[in-house]
Amino acid sequence: MPAIVKISNLSKSYRRDSIRIPVLENINLEVEAGDFLALMGPSGSGKTTLLNMIGGIDKPSAGDVFVGDVPIHRLSDAALATWRARHVGFVFQFYNLMPVLTAFENVELPLLLTRLSKTERRKHVELALSIVGLQDRINHYPRQLSGGQEQRVAIARALVTDPTLILADEPTGDLDKNSAEEVMTLLSQLNSQHGKTIIVVTHDPRAADKARSHRNLDKGELA
Amino acid sequence: MWVLRLILRNTGRHKLRTILTILGLAVATMSFVVIRTLISSWYASAEVIPPNRLVTRNAVSLVFGLPLAYEDKIKRVEGVESVGRGNWFGGLYNNDPKNFFANFAVGPEAYLDMYSEFVLPPEQRADYFNTKNGAVAGRRLADRFGWKIGDIIRLTGQIYPGDWEFVLKGIYKGSQQGVDENSFIFHWEYFDERIKQTFPEMGGEAGWFLVKISNPKQAAGIGAAIDDIFKNSPAQTLTETEKEFSLNFLAMMDSLIAGLTIMSYLIIGVILLVLVNTMAMSARERMSEYAVLKTLGFKTYHISGLIVGESLLLAGVGGVLGVLLTYPVLDGISRALQGFFSGFAMNSLTVILSAVFMVVVGILAAIFPVYRALRLSIVEGLRHVG
Ligand SMILES: Nc1ncnc2c1ncn2[C@@H]1O[C@H](COP(=O)(O)OP(=O)(O)O)[C@@H](O)[C@H]1O
Ligand SMILES: [Mg+2]
Repeated sequence: MPAIVKISNLSKSYRRDSIRIPVLENINLEVEAGDFLALMGPSGSGKTTLLNMIGGIDKPSAGDVFVGDVPIHRLSDAALATWRARHVGFVFQFYNLMPVLTAFENVELPLLLTRLSKTERRKHVELALSIVGLQDRINHYPRQLSGGQEQRVAIARALVTDPTLILADEPTGDLDKNSAEEVMTLLSQLNSQHGKTIIVVTHDPRAADKARSHRNLDKGELA
Repeated sequence: MWVLRLILRNTGRHKLRTILTILGLAVATMSFVVIRTLISSWYASAEVIPPNRLVTRNAVSLVFGLPLAYEDKIKRVEGVESVGRGNWFGGLYNNDPKNFFANFAVGPEAYLDMYSEFVLPPEQRADYFNTKNGAVAGRRLADRFGWKIGDIIRLTGQIYPGDWEFVLKGIYKGSQQGVDENSFIFHWEYFDERIKQTFPEMGGEAGWFLVKISNPKQAAGIGAAIDDIFKNSPAQTLTETEKEFSLNFLAMMDSLIAGLTIMSYLIIGVILLVLVNTMAMSARERMSEYAVLKTLGFKTYHISGLIVGESLLLAGVGGVLGVLLTYPVLDGISRALQGFFSGFAMNSLTVILSAVFMVVVGILAAIFPVYRALRLSIVEGLRHVG
């Protein structure tokens, strides 16, 4: 299997009042297409930072990040925005749905940036919502859904554009045990049945069990 | 399309805040329009006075009159077409001070004809001149008291005591917006005759002379020439165009008008603050949503559009509501101040000005939130939630 994500010599540090805070040091990582990778490690170890760099919402201080053949560390902000819309689906710990939009409209959101017609969009949204098992909650607003349901809507939003990568940052961190189990099973199905490449950040070993491969981050270094 | 939907939904998130903001904007816009309409109505009433009329009055004060003999001398001045005389009567209708309106005696026939902006049907005009104690009233004044042609109108003199009875023979209309339609005039000859009967020592004096000239450009020269004739007389004169006379009256209220004008602009500032506050609050609450939209690939113009659109929507709805509120408010003011205003002309400039201000305010109020939303890095924006 070819590597779909290729990170070499990546370092990241933040500046705070002229003090340099190193977060990631000399990271090398390859993720194969079709993999379901769990990035683990204690809180503050830099998992989110690394995932953000792979998803093109943050930029490395040094080193390269290739996704497919695209050197995303070199793209401008505008080019990155266009790239993200086509290639990455994000799932966040706190779901981050738009509260004024229904489940349908939230999932439709990324499709508004494509050339799909209204009917085509509807087809895609309905398919995505049925994959996550929420076809009967189409017109519900986020506040009318449980946490687990909200996260499933967020997963539908992440997969509706059929992206190259699905990136999930602690997707079960805010859920009870049963909902967490459901969400991880869903991600695992997306990987096994739909062939999606998925990277999940988590520090919950039970959640990580569903992944195919595991990497550990500790104090900014990959083990 | 979806941007509009999102904007509408966003305004519905904090209904009370949205309603209060719109009401605030509406009340402020209404005040702006009302103030400017009051001011422009004052000026409008001076603007519609034809430039070919001069008023010659006693140089000391309007309280003192001028000898009737001046009339012929003024008539002989080069460039003067006709001369008439007028006296303030100051009678009260039904002897009630609340019924105040301007009433004065004018003569001869030429005087009324100089008022080209008063439109009076020819048969009413003829009737008026055929009736010794005939009178003519403006349309608004007649409406105010429900007078009809032929009605007997009793005024109680305040300067010249006694009850005076007049027969309403004509009702004039203004030839355009802003023309005074609140005056009551009657024959100077009737006035003078009656005064002489009761107070032989009074009478035979004109309160002022109205002078029609053929070329308005010569107004200053003719005015000076008239005043020159009476330079060495006991009663010196002051001649100016009727328009100046009116504007001078407004000039006495100069600081009041300047204050009101400044206030009208301060109100725009208040509108801006109200909207800036609301927009800043909304944008601050939505930073993580903007970060999510950016993550999904939405661009600068989408995010700016959402914020500017919401700001313009609030400003627009508030502004339109404010202008609509103006009508009942002006109506109420003109009812309360009967006789002082010859109708309000909400001039189109004021409406255009408030529209322009609303757009400017809408954009200004959006600048800071847009700046913050665009400058915000996605990573920081997402951290807002946790
Ligand atoms: N914008 C930032 N400015 C300064 N320090 C940051 C910033 N973002 C993250 N960090 C620091 O980087 C480290 C790693 O953060 P993060 O990637 O969120 O860790 P994790 O997701 O593994 O808990 C933490 O010590 C955090 O304080
Ligand atoms: Mg994290």
